[in-house]
Amino acid sequence: MNNFSIKIKDPVLSIRNLSVSYDKGKYAVDNVTADIKRNSVTAIMGPSGCGKSTLLRAINRMHELYENIETKGDIILNGNDISDMPTIKLRRMAGMVFQHPNPFPTMSIYDNVIAGYKLNGIRLKKKLRDEIVERSLTDVTLWDEVKDTLYKKGSFLSGGQQQRLCIARALAFNPEVILLDEPTSALDPVATSKIEDLLVKLKENYSILMVTHNMSQAARISDYSMFMYLGELVEYGKTKDMFTKPKDRRTEEYLTGKFG
Amino acid sequence: MSTIANKILTDNLKTRTLKNKAFKSLVVALSVITILPIILIIYKLIAKGIKQISFDFILKTPPDTFEAMTALTNGETIPGGIANGITGTLLMVILASVIAIPVGVVTGIYLYENPGKFLANLIRNVSDILQGVPSIVLGLIAYMWIVKPVTNGFSALAGSVSLSIMMLPMIVRSTEETLKMIPQTIKEAALALGVPYYKVIIRVLIPTSFSGLLTGILLGISRVLGETAPLMLTALGSTIINFNVSKPTSAIPLLIWEFYNDPNMVDLIWSSSLLLMAMVLTLNIMSKRIAARTK
Ligand SMILES: Nc1ncnc2c1ncn2[C@@H]1O[C@H](COP(=O)(O)OP(=O)(O)O)[C@@H](O)[C@H]1O
Ligand SMILES: [Mg+2]
Repeated sequence: MNNFSIKIKDPVLSIRNLSVSYDKGKYAVDNVTADIKRNSVTAIMGPSGCGKSTLLRAINRMHELYENIETKGDIILNGNDISDMPTIKLRRMAGMVFQHPNPFPTMSIYDNVIAGYKLNGIRLKKKLRDEIVERSLTDVTLWDEVKDTLYKKGSFLSGGQQQRLCIARALAFNPEVILLDEPTSALDPVATSKIEDLLVKLKENYSILMVTHNMSQAARISDYSMFMYLGELVEYGKTKDMFTKPKDRRTEEYLTGKFG
Repeated sequence: MSTIANKILTDNLKTRTLKNKAFKSLVVALSVITILPIILIIYKLIAKGIKQISFDFILKTPPDTFEAMTALTNGETIPGGIANGITGTLLMVILASVIAIPVGVVTGIYLYENPGKFLANLIRNVSDILQGVPSIVLGLIAYMWIVKPVTNGFSALAGSVSLSIMMLPMIVRSTEETLKMIPQTIKEAALALGVPYYKVIIRVLIPTSFSGLLTGILLGISRVLGETAPLMLTALGSTIINFNVSKPTSAIPLLIWEFYNDPNMVDLIWSSSLLLMAMVLTLNIMSKRIAARTK
């Protein structure tokens, strides 16, 4: 049984008894149950290979790309069961940002921001498009840096700028939740701290679920933290509580650097 | 350190640098031998062929052997040109591309998408084997498939089919290889935006690998541009400009072969070869530049 009890009212996301296996009988995510709070940053921590990415990808069903994947349990996003949603709708509601910045190399900065609309063949009036681009880039504090080079390739930007562009691309869809998988692990400290500040600001309007292998990052910016180990959700609670008085021995050992 | 030891060391160093230098010179000399033939070829073609090149050469068909002989005896340049060959080559290469590009690109995408599958491995191996099949055999195949049953005689279509089979393996390979170079993360970025898989291929993967695809296609074209053997069995040749795909058609390499067999026309070999060589080089340089620009 899980070593925690945390009540979250009106969660943006409800994960119920979620198990995911790539190979039969071996669970990468093992019976995870958790509610995610709206308008806050929730961090998922744990040693490499403990199932953080798999859990995150189950939420927008990106894990279905793998052929033999098996999923049990339910995920409810804003009251809707994600398994009943068309993928396009689900992925509009749950935007994803990856470890390595991945703007589309053939597209301009402008087109990268509205790529979700463009690639899906959703036509927007020029005025609305401009608005979405400006709002999304402003939200990620990139507008002032790129407003004069909007039609240049996104791949000319620095790594940190590219990652903010990728966050803007997710924001353009006005998602309910933003899923980030170690978004700063490929970035330098300055770019990292910019993204951290950004995430704290973004939680006013969005709910953020972020995988991080960096404990101090979780401590700095998250309101809630999960600790996973071998596919299991070992501990989940307010970040402050978890870092000051962890309930589980494994959490404590991880936080004190005994493994990981 | 003792002075003796020091001396041994510096001596060693001296002989070593000497050996290094000798070796480097040898490498340079051998490398020059590699580029020597191409320099000699280009020099020879320009020296012997340039005087024949003119607007007439591009716009007119070849003279008959009597006209050529008259010009020769009067010490004039041979009249006429190779317009039938130029148009025939363009017609057949374009038609071959129209056949080979879609088939090759789609096959390449299939191989990329299903790397381990039995059918994919089979296709990949067959495609490699196809690359090694002598071009005259491909001409024979096109003769059997097209000349007899379809066009009821020698035809540009049959020529194009034999050329397209030659182009196919190169396009398949280059498509698969360029797609493989696209980072998985780009694909994931599109999928995470809810873009359906087939649209990811058409609207993200192909545009991202476009220059690689183009390079492969241009190299494929330059490869078949000078092919003669398969065309002898399929397009046959023609003294007039022909745009009818079901009729016999000339091509630049076919004309070169015909000129070679007519003592009065031998001079036209050089100018025709010069033009063909210029086309092949242009395509090669273009594909190299495209490849370089995307790195
Ligand atoms: N595509 C895959 N195929 C098979 N096993 C996988 C695949 N991806 C991840 N796994 C396995 O699932 C477990 C969890 O991986 P992952 O979710 O990537 O962990 P984390 O993100 O915490 O490092 C690991 O044991 C890993 O080896
Ligand atoms: Mg991971």
